[in-house]
Amino acid sequence: METPPRLKLDRVSKLFGGVHALTALSLQVAPRQIVGVIGPNGAGKTTTFNVITGAYRASSGAVMLDGRAVTDEPSHRIARAGIMRTFQNIRLFADMTVWEHLLVAQPSTGSPLQRLLPTRLANPLAIARAQEVLEFFELGEVRNRLTRSLPYGLQRKVEMARAVSARPKLLLLDEPVAGMNHDEAETIRNLMLKLRNDGLSILLIEHDMAFVMNLCDYLYVLDFGVLIAQGRPEEIRVNPAVLDAYLGQAD
Amino acid sequence: MSMYYAGILADVGILVLGALSVYIILSTGQLSLGNAGFMGIGAYLTSWLTVKAALPLTPSLLIAALVSGVIGVVVGFPALRLKGIYLAMATLGFGEMVRSFFLNFSAMGGPEGFHGMQHVSTGTIWIWAILVLVLVMVLETSQIWLEIRAVRDDETAAGLVGLNATRIKVGAFGFGAAVAAIAGGLFAHHHVYIEPGNFSFERSIDFVLAVILGGSTVAPGALVGAVILVVLPEYLRFLADWRFAAFGALLIGMLVVRRQGLLDRALLRSSPA
Repeated sequence: METPPRLKLDRVSKLFGGVHALTALSLQVAPRQIVGVIGPNGAGKTTTFNVITGAYRASSGAVMLDGRAVTDEPSHRIARAGIMRTFQNIRLFADMTVWEHLLVAQPSTGSPLQRLLPTRLANPLAIARAQEVLEFFELGEVRNRLTRSLPYGLQRKVEMARAVSARPKLLLLDEPVAGMNHDEAETIRNLMLKLRNDGLSILLIEHDMAFVMNLCDYLYVLDFGVLIAQGRPEEIRVNPAVLDAYLGQAD
Repeated sequence: MSMYYAGILADVGILVLGALSVYIILSTGQLSLGNAGFMGIGAYLTSWLTVKAALPLTPSLLIAALVSGVIGVVVGFPALRLKGIYLAMATLGFGEMVRSFFLNFSAMGGPEGFHGMQHVSTGTIWIWAILVLVLVMVLETSQIWLEIRAVRDDETAAGLVGLNATRIKVGAFGFGAAVAAIAGGLFAHHHVYIEPGNFSFERSIDFVLAVILGGSTVAPGALVGAVILVVLPEYLRFLADWRFAAFGALLIGMLVVRRQGLLDRALLRSSPA
């Protein structure tokens, strides 16, 4: 029997008062695959993320995780089903430390009582997971800092770490290296490759073309909410429709 | 003289519980101006249970807390659709509704009030106040409280990282309502007489003021705020008729200089544990 793709969008449309933000978009992410969604501003990339995560409700079409429809579920249930995300404009919790961010998103594993008792005493598994993620993202030095006091690049990293701490199956990253220098972006790239090797699927939106081309196994190109091309990076690089709509404009 | 101070101390203890009831709900980002209503429910129900049903005080308080908690959850659901000032207005309406209900509820005395309760000491009030304060402080180190803080900060982001904001907000409403009911039951048994006017809008405001003064981001803020709110006007007695004006000015000054209240998380962290 064929295993279903990790994520599948089947002809998903989103209308905002008659305006098509997304038109019949279909895409797939296989297990252990890194897939990119690219396109000019306003192409519908973030709308796609918002529909997948339940922040918006799809006007039509279906979103499937491991072959199971999650289309109309509330966002917290979609997250618990295994889809975690980051945001283009970082959304961390203003009054929390880095460490607290690594605990807050973790699903409960034990009895409900465990969640009401001091985490330090009652929930060694959550502590161990937070410690593991802290080390993986090399955030140990800023463990007890409030995230709002951290530089931008680190905030992005914490957001990604918060998502990973919940052990998702699929990670959605909205411009993970925006505003980062080359070294920082390289660090993020290596982290993403390691996460993939650990079994995670990743769908990302990114403007940095070199970054996307070097990292993704497969790309989807959107323009005005319509899929205009898909393929491997080397195919997309020479696709005339893409060059016309996106690469030509961007440079 | 000592009676006088015992009276003040009892007021502070009740206020600590009332302030905690507001604090718990406020921790999820919801401002309730109707907690005197939950206090009234607790006062009347506890009194009925001890006087008419002849139950001991402790189980009566716990039953009243449970019932008030359920009512809090029921009130919490429509409150989900309201934010900020609209929620404040709706909860204010709830409080007034409860007060006028008891005004017309002749089975419990209506405007004449209700009496016959056994007196409880200031010490009993403080045992409850400290118990609830410690309970909330322990909860503050738990996973559920992290989730509460996340919902307060950014409800949408909290949902997108897997937190059920609805359940958290409604649950906090229920818990806060239960604590307010305990305050009410103790109030009724300390004063051995209650009337609907005891549970008016002004009392809800006192609860909120204590939280704002003491610190709205940490539970001990409710304790500190309650002490200030009751004791400071006493110390300002030398100002005679001007003392409430002076108190108001102090409050405004406080909000300008230290918006989060006297205590906050940073202060508690830096102090030796």
